[in-house]
Amino acid sequence: MRFRIDANMHEQILQILSRIRADADYRNSTDFVEDGLLDSFDMVVLTSELEKNFSITIDGLDFVPENFASVEDIRKLLLKSGATP
Amino acid sequence: MNFLFAGKHIAGIHTVLPSRECRFVDDMSAFGFPPERSRKLQEIMGYDRHRIVEPGVCVSDLAVAGLKHLFKQQHIQPDEFDALLVLTQCPDHFIPPTSNIIQGRLNLKHDLFCMDIAQGCAAWLVGLIQACLLLEQPAIRKVVLIAGDVISRRVSPRDRNSFPLIGDGIGIALLEKSADAGPIHANLRMDGSRANALTIPAGGFRMPSTAETAIEQDAGDSNFRSPDHLHMDGTAVFNFVQREIPPLIRELLLFANTAENSVDYYLFHQPNRFMLEKLAAKMKVDPARMPANVVENFGNSGGASIPVNITFNLAQTLLRQSLHVCFAGFGSGLTWSSMLLNLGPLRFCSMQSI
Repeated sequence: MRFRIDANMHEQILQILSRIRADADYRNSTDFVEDGLLDSFDMVVLTSELEKNFSITIDGLDFVPENFASVEDIRKLLLKSGATP
Repeated sequence: MNFLFAGKHIAGIHTVLPSRECRFVDDMSAFGFPPERSRKLQEIMGYDRHRIVEPGVCVSDLAVAGLKHLFKQQHIQPDEFDALLVLTQCPDHFIPPTSNIIQGRLNLKHDLFCMDIAQGCAAWLVGLIQACLLLEQPAIRKVVLIAGDVISRRVSPRDRNSFPLIGDGIGIALLEKSADAGPIHANLRMDGSRANALTIPAGGFRMPSTAETAIEQDAGDSNFRSPDHLHMDGTAVFNFVQREIPPLIRELLLFANTAENSVDYYLFHQPNRFMLEKLAAKMKVDPARMPANVVENFGNSGGASIPVNITFNLAQTLLRQSLHVCFAGFGSGLTWSSMLLNLGPLRFCSMQSI
């Protein structure tokens, strides 16, 4: 399923995250990386899923933990990478 | 630092890989992750199979087998080269140098400059630069360069961050003087302040190996490794490559006054498919000109990954014709380097499994 960014974008991102790690509680985390919900290889998988689902390319220089720390950070990354609201 | 060399070329390339092949689907059982998470990663990173030495096999074993093969095929005469360079992070011993061990095992002449250089994934580049520097000397007619590792011996099979992507192997190159060779342009950067991004903490004089340094512990991310094992900060390494390599190549092309579209192939070190695809996108290079299929077939064999890339993907072409190629190596140190040259037609370009 491909998504377009809309009012439910947070839910869409959470849905993608839950496919990466079904056991992780992303809703109650303030920093996915610090809390151990995303390691660097999960970030690789997440990057690939976001690119596929939002038809964008994420710049390699944006592959930093700060851009994957929260749903809001991921939303900002998507917008920066060319996803259109 | 920029380098410009004239009157020398690579005459042939040969790679030696262990015949033992491990498969990712089998490796997965040792990881502390659910299989579905590992399979997803497999798709994206390009993990499939990798070559791992049998217990006890050292770099000199691969090198001796490779050189014996080249002597037997008469691609190289044992007494025709005047320097033997070995670039590895996996020496047989601290003392003596591995290059001397290889010299002794093959009964090579005493009038031979044997030199070890400790380099990892940039070893092929550092070795080529060093070989060209040696060839500036009248007394040195030909140089044999050996680059590679048996790093599997120091990687935890329970470390999903490192084990599935690594491979063992060496590359051998013969370099020689040639009056009609084209120019070789190269550049090199090093930054020891980021050395901890890729390290084996124990086993040297700073932290000798003990029973305690062999104890594997959860690194906090379900990967188990000990201080005797390779530690890689994957995110730091990824960002290092994305940040440093595109400007390095731009500067090289500028130094060589060469247009990007005149390069036939970008033959880069092979860390994993994801990193190379991101690098190609960043550099706006057609991925067809930047092969990224070595890790899925053989694993990342450090300093040998560029010669494996060459012998696996371009052997038949390079035996017939010349290509304008750009090498880039990047890894421990941190060290990063690139080189622009005409490669081929080669006298030999082959792979060997032992």
